[in-house]
Amino acid sequence: MGNPMRIRAVTADGNTTVKVLMSHPMETGLRKDSEGNLVPAHHITTVTATHNDKTVLTAEWGAAVSQNPFLEFSFAGGAPGDKVSVHWVDNQGDSRTDETVLK
Amino acid sequence: MNMHRRSFLTLSASVLAVAATATMWPLRAMAEWVRPKAAFEAKGMDDTFAAMGGTPEASTDIDFMTPEIAENGAVVPVTVTSKIPGTTEISILVEKNPNPLAAIFVFPEGTDPSVKTRVKVAQTCNLYAVVRANGKLYSATRETKVTLGGCGG
Amino acid sequence: MTMKTLSGTLLATALAMAASSATGAEDDIFAQYRAMFGDDNPAELTEFQGEDLWNEVRGPKQVSLEQCDLGLGAGVVEGAYAQLPRWFEDAGKVMDLETRLLYCMETVQGMDVTELRQHPFSEQGQPQTDLEALSAYIAAQSKGMPIAVPQDHPAERAAFEMGREQFNFRAGPHDFSCATCHGQSGKRIRLQSLLQLNEPEGAKASFSAWPAYRIAQGAVRTYEWRMADCARQQRLPGLVHGSPAAIGLITYLGVLANGAEMDAPGLKR
Repeated sequence: MGNPMRIRAVTADGNTTVKVLMSHPMETGLRKDSEGNLVPAHHITTVTATHNDKTVLTAEWGAAVSQNPFLEFSFAGGAPGDKVSVHWVDNQGDSRTDETVLK
Repeated sequence: MNMHRRSFLTLSASVLAVAATATMWPLRAMAEWVRPKAAFEAKGMDDTFAAMGGTPEASTDIDFMTPEIAENGAVVPVTVTSKIPGTTEISILVEKNPNPLAAIFVFPEGTDPSVKTRVKVAQTCNLYAVVRANGKLYSATRETKVTLGGCGG
Repeated sequence: MTMKTLSGTLLATALAMAASSATGAEDDIFAQYRAMFGDDNPAELTEFQGEDLWNEVRGPKQVSLEQCDLGLGAGVVEGAYAQLPRWFEDAGKVMDLETRLLYCMETVQGMDVTELRQHPFSEQGQPQTDLEALSAYIAAQSKGMPIAVPQDHPAERAAFEMGREQFNFRAGPHDFSCATCHGQSGKRIRLQSLLQLNEPEGAKASFSAWPAYRIAQGAVRTYEWRMADCARQQRLPGLVHGSPAAIGLITYLGVLANGAEMDAPGLKR
């Protein structure tokens, strides 16, 4: 189970903006460690965001998304008490889900 | 079930599978979004565009923000907002990366066709924001310069 | 993103660039790049880790670090970082945040910090050390507060003098001192502007930004890490973590930075 994400979701003018910071090395598989060995590719491949069980975003990523990825998007609607959840899966089978409750 | 009917059904299924692969892009009618592996593994812009379904048409209806010059190419913030009606996807490509396709974002009904993220840019080159709207591809391009910082060590 | 938000972002970027030019400060060329990060600094993730560590019951004494006095009283974290380094009566020396955290882990929790003292910083690709995570958390609790590094105690004043001497001390195969690169205004290495650190404007810009998420490292790095990395680039022998030289330098820069708003954890290339 990966490290926790920071999810911030703010509703204004009938729109909810979500900002996510994920903790992930996003290794390309091209970097060498201090001993000269290639560090294996290890990166998030799929991201899914939901608002109360409705999918509001899907993303497919390659290794070129930066380490400790940042993501911002927005969708119509959102009321206090609603849940916004973000789930990622990586190429080594690790995954993480975090959620926030709208205020 | 007689033998002929079973083999006909099997044949239909494989025809569908071939059709799906041939278009090389997940059919929107399908329930599951399927990762377009070939597009992520393509090298060079031409092969990447081919894997995505064709060369996009340049559009002025895509707001694409990238820094003119990045202090560190490992983390380059980008913002894309599509004003093209019927937008379903936004992809980000980095021309001189080993594999240009960095990310694809899929927008269901109700989500603004807009995204902000950060990508790795190996060296000074063009970045592309590619929008899929009503099945057609459009793009905006910006050059981002990448420098080597400080003492370099 | 609505048009309103987009123009808001552009306006913020323009203002950031204007502000940077107004101070005549470094890195106008990168002002747009930095502005595009907004408030979303990956250091926040490390702050969470640090907060958990601060509150966790650990060590042979089975207590949390909430018993730790960072200078403003046991468990007081708000504003503590902005007033470090300072003299600590119980330790009998001037300590910066990092040495004080090690001291607390040792005395308050009874933990063995030998390993951490020898390897205070994580290697690239490895998880952040406890010290880095705690530093990020504690620093964040001083965000927005004025830097007020004290000079009341003779040892604090001595640390300042030691720092000033260290800053100007030329050594190593290149005969470099800190002042060689950071002793004048308007200088740069390639496209990287060099802050003039021996006067308030530059010292403020530096001291207020550390610890920082260092993009090139993909991790939060502390101010002692920054000092040690400079020493490495000067081809000096290693700067020992928590040494009088390291604490002196940080005290020197901190006092010069007094009055500026603490903004750590920052975001650096």
